[in-house]
Amino acid sequence: MLQLDQIYKVFYEGTPDEKIALNQLQLQMNPGDFVTVIGSNGAGKSTLMNIISGNIFPDYGTVKINGSDMSSMPEHKRARKIGRVFQNPLAGTAPTMTIEENLALAYNRTKPRSLQFGVTKKRRDFFREQLEILHLGLEDRLQAKVGLLSGGERQALSLLMATFTKPDILLLDEHTAALDPARADLITKLTKEIVAKFQLTTLMVTHNMQQALDLGNCLIMMDKGQIIFQANETEKPDLTVEKLLAEFQRIRGEALLSDRSLLA
Amino acid sequence: MFTALFGSVEVGVIYAIMALGVYLSFRILDFPDLTVDGSFVTGGATAAVLIISGVNPFLATAGALVAGFLAGCVTGILHTKGKINALLSGILMMIALYSINLRIMDKPNVPLLAEETVITKISAWWQGLGFDSMMQSLLTSIGLSEYIPSTWGIFTVMFVLAFAIKKAVDLFLKTEIGLSLRAVGDNDGMVRSFSANTDWLKVLGLGIANALVAFSGALVAQYNGFSDVGMGIGMIIIGLASVIIGEAVIGNATIVRATLAVLIGAVLYRLIVTLALRAEFLETGDMKLITAVIVIFALVVPKLIEKQKAGARKKKRAAQLGSAGTNGGDQVAAARSDL
Repeated sequence: MLQLDQIYKVFYEGTPDEKIALNQLQLQMNPGDFVTVIGSNGAGKSTLMNIISGNIFPDYGTVKINGSDMSSMPEHKRARKIGRVFQNPLAGTAPTMTIEENLALAYNRTKPRSLQFGVTKKRRDFFREQLEILHLGLEDRLQAKVGLLSGGERQALSLLMATFTKPDILLLDEHTAALDPARADLITKLTKEIVAKFQLTTLMVTHNMQQALDLGNCLIMMDKGQIIFQANETEKPDLTVEKLLAEFQRIRGEALLSDRSLLA
Repeated sequence: MFTALFGSVEVGVIYAIMALGVYLSFRILDFPDLTVDGSFVTGGATAAVLIISGVNPFLATAGALVAGFLAGCVTGILHTKGKINALLSGILMMIALYSINLRIMDKPNVPLLAEETVITKISAWWQGLGFDSMMQSLLTSIGLSEYIPSTWGIFTVMFVLAFAIKKAVDLFLKTEIGLSLRAVGDNDGMVRSFSANTDWLKVLGLGIANALVAFSGALVAQYNGFSDVGMGIGMIIIGLASVIIGEAVIGNATIVRATLAVLIGAVLYRLIVTLALRAEFLETGDMKLITAVIVIFALVVPKLIEKQKAGARKKKRAAQLGSAGTNGGDQVAAARSDL
């Protein structure tokens, strides 16, 4: 489904700030895989997301989706195959537009936009049906401006907007990190349900190790632009937070301090 | 007095079309587009030159629309493909258009007085309807003979035209393309992640905005009976004034309401200017200054009022708490000691 081959990306090349963000990264995802990505700050997780979505381009290497090479395709074209939820709840929706207008925008992700009306009666019924999945009562507030929703509601809406058109790849970029624990749990639960319902191939970045263990069938740990540890379907169920930390220490010879503080 | 006010409403409706263009770029795309000062003249110049060379005035006005669209597209391309700052790309285009407009007209001023224009055609057609004489006898019969404008034709046709354009803009902004255009001004990273080409949407939006501006410029040139290379100076501020005054009076909760606000704002702006110019000490040359003052007022006064209201609320609350006795103070002290 998704295939990353020898991805190499360096920032500020040739200056004292030079930083290799991704170093010869290899990743292969099969249809239906739900891979969670953990790693400390600066490990290259966000760069990885941006390279897959086409927000930035690798210096070397290829990105393939469904076998076709997308390496030089701009973001808006790649978006036909990719759904994405951002960390910031404000980033995934248009605040001055209504809930149904936002859904209409998302609805057009897979097809070219024309001069027909974005919200029709038929589509409105469809949107209402989809919003019911969230159990937040948003289906009764179709005409409400998204700017009036709370952060949790907006993030739930973003998640729905990114998924209800069944993307080939779903990218979740620390999408619960900016929410309070209760809202984060809600979004985590919705993520689980929606990914299962639409059978989406998903790549999720998180700072929360417990979340990384709870969700998905595979787990990868990144450090300094490389994947340093990988757990597949058979290995992942046995993992615990302690095992992950010990694994990191064994590989790198240093403690994963920055993430330990996040476990509380 | 009445004739002057009627005249300003008439002009206001024509300028409202320009203001709708400014609304599109300024509010919908969130793009402060200074191209307007140049593209307004481009519209007037294109129409004037075409009319003089014998083209049907309606076709000539449509030509102005196309010229404005192209000018707006160039600004959009400078901004998106050339990665030039929004304000600067507008300014660059405005300056470039000054020379281009001179080239189009071949001289700083093209008179249209002896030509057949959209305005003269509308007047002639209207005269044939006999509506004016009817209004005249009606108004005279109720003793309002001194308030009779020479013709209702221009006002009526321009009003219908401006309203039709408003309606078209409303509908367009509800289409799939229109929705993505609105989202570009709102959150362009998000629209890109939903497979919209934000660069071309911006170019298209600026094109449409400047097409409306140039269309309005063509009508103004024909209304005034000349096209002048300086007629666009400060146009962006007039457009902004219309948008801001309209929003202050009507509000902008929905698109339908916001575009209506722009129409009414444009007429109100003209009325304010006409009334201001009646003051003894002000001259026609002070018009731009008056415009600037109006915009400053429209921007500052609502904030001052809001501040005043918030202050009044605060005082009221303080008074309420104060009258509840000295307990309030004790509680604060207690809370502090808890800490």
